[in-house]
Amino acid sequence: MNINLTLISQAVAFAIFIWFTVRFVWPPLRNAIEIRQKTIADGLAAAERGKHDLELAARRSADVLRETKDKSAELLTQAERRAQQIVEDAKAAARVEADKVIASAKAEIDQEAERAKQQLRERVAELAVTGAEKILRREVNAAAHADMLSALKQEL
Amino acid sequence: MTAGAELTPTSYITHHLSFMQKSVGTGDFWVLHVDTIVTSVILGILAFGFLWWVVRGATAGVPNKRQAFVELAIEFIDDQVKGIFHGDRHAFVAPAALTVFVWVLLMNAMDFLPVDIMAKILGAMGLHEWRMVPTADVNTTFALALAVWFLMIFYSVKVKGLGGWIHELFCSPFGSNPLLWPANFLLNIIEYVSKPLSHSLRLYGNMYAGEIIFLLLGLWAATGLAGTVFGAILGAGWAIFHILIVVLQAFIFMMLTVVYLAMAHESH
Repeated sequence: MNINLTLISQAVAFAIFIWFTVRFVWPPLRNAIEIRQKTIADGLAAAERGKHDLELAARRSADVLRETKDKSAELLTQAERRAQQIVEDAKAAARVEADKVIASAKAEIDQEAERAKQQLRERVAELAVTGAEKILRREVNAAAHADMLSALKQEL
Repeated sequence: MTAGAELTPTSYITHHLSFMQKSVGTGDFWVLHVDTIVTSVILGILAFGFLWWVVRGATAGVPNKRQAFVELAIEFIDDQVKGIFHGDRHAFVAPAALTVFVWVLLMNAMDFLPVDIMAKILGAMGLHEWRMVPTADVNTTFALALAVWFLMIFYSVKVKGLGGWIHELFCSPFGSNPLLWPANFLLNIIEYVSKPLSHSLRLYGNMYAGEIIFLLLGLWAATGLAGTVFGAILGAGWAIFHILIVVLQAFIFMMLTVVYLAMAHESH
């Protein structure tokens, strides 16, 4: 344990090494570390923000999807109702048209029957006259028997 | 080991514990321990040169392994300092702590070098009597502790002012009553004396004892082959245990430095 000049020289060396570290070693690396820490912190914050945005977007897309589903369901019911309506309308129109056709056919048939009756009437008188002529084998005065003939015509 | 015939345990140990001395004046004080100075300065230049080399190429992006290693050391020191010192630690205290830790660690680590092999190699280079462990020289540990001691007083005065510092010498820890001044002052003087003593002697004692035990284990080799093997096994065991001591003592020395400097910054 002999204290000597070595102590002074070691203290000087120590001082120089401390000065060197304080001046040249510590600050640059400290800076680099701090900049990197900031970069990492920023990156983490950005990631957090991105995650949040993603959550929002997912929620929004779910909302949009649900809305669309609702709307499409509504449209579907509307379309169904409309189709039914169209079918009903078509049925009604067809019925009306059919009625009309039936009516007109009936009218025509009636008319035709009337006409046939008319012709028949016309011919009946003639046939009757001819028959009578044949029965009587003599001329019958058409004018004299007009009243009787017209009465006969009415009976038909 | 200059002459094998007259080798006794005492001469062996004395040889290994002799400094390479160089007298630069008259009297016991004007002596330099060349081995201590050269070893410690070379270690310091290697360590801080390495740090400087890494730091010069430091990037804020993805660090390479070398830079990551240095950053690991710096972050470790910085964390320790952060817990103790509350102020602008980057200005001085943290880098000073890094200096102390790295330098003391490397000087302590010289203890791992096998004493006899190193003595042979250095002897072949013409350097007889060369002690490899600078921290086993009380001059080194005292130099460091005294430097810290002066820094402590410097920061006390700088932070509190000369008046504040003197006021603290007389008025803490018991109180500012004039009757308590002598007691306060006495306690502060004891504290100021004991701090550098315990600071330096703790490191010196541990390293010196470690060295002695290596030498004593080396003595087994004098008892023959069995003794040599036995001594080697014990030496390996002690070396493994010594890894803990080397790192722990460097760490303790660094922590005490930070604590003392932090105390100097705080007023009571």
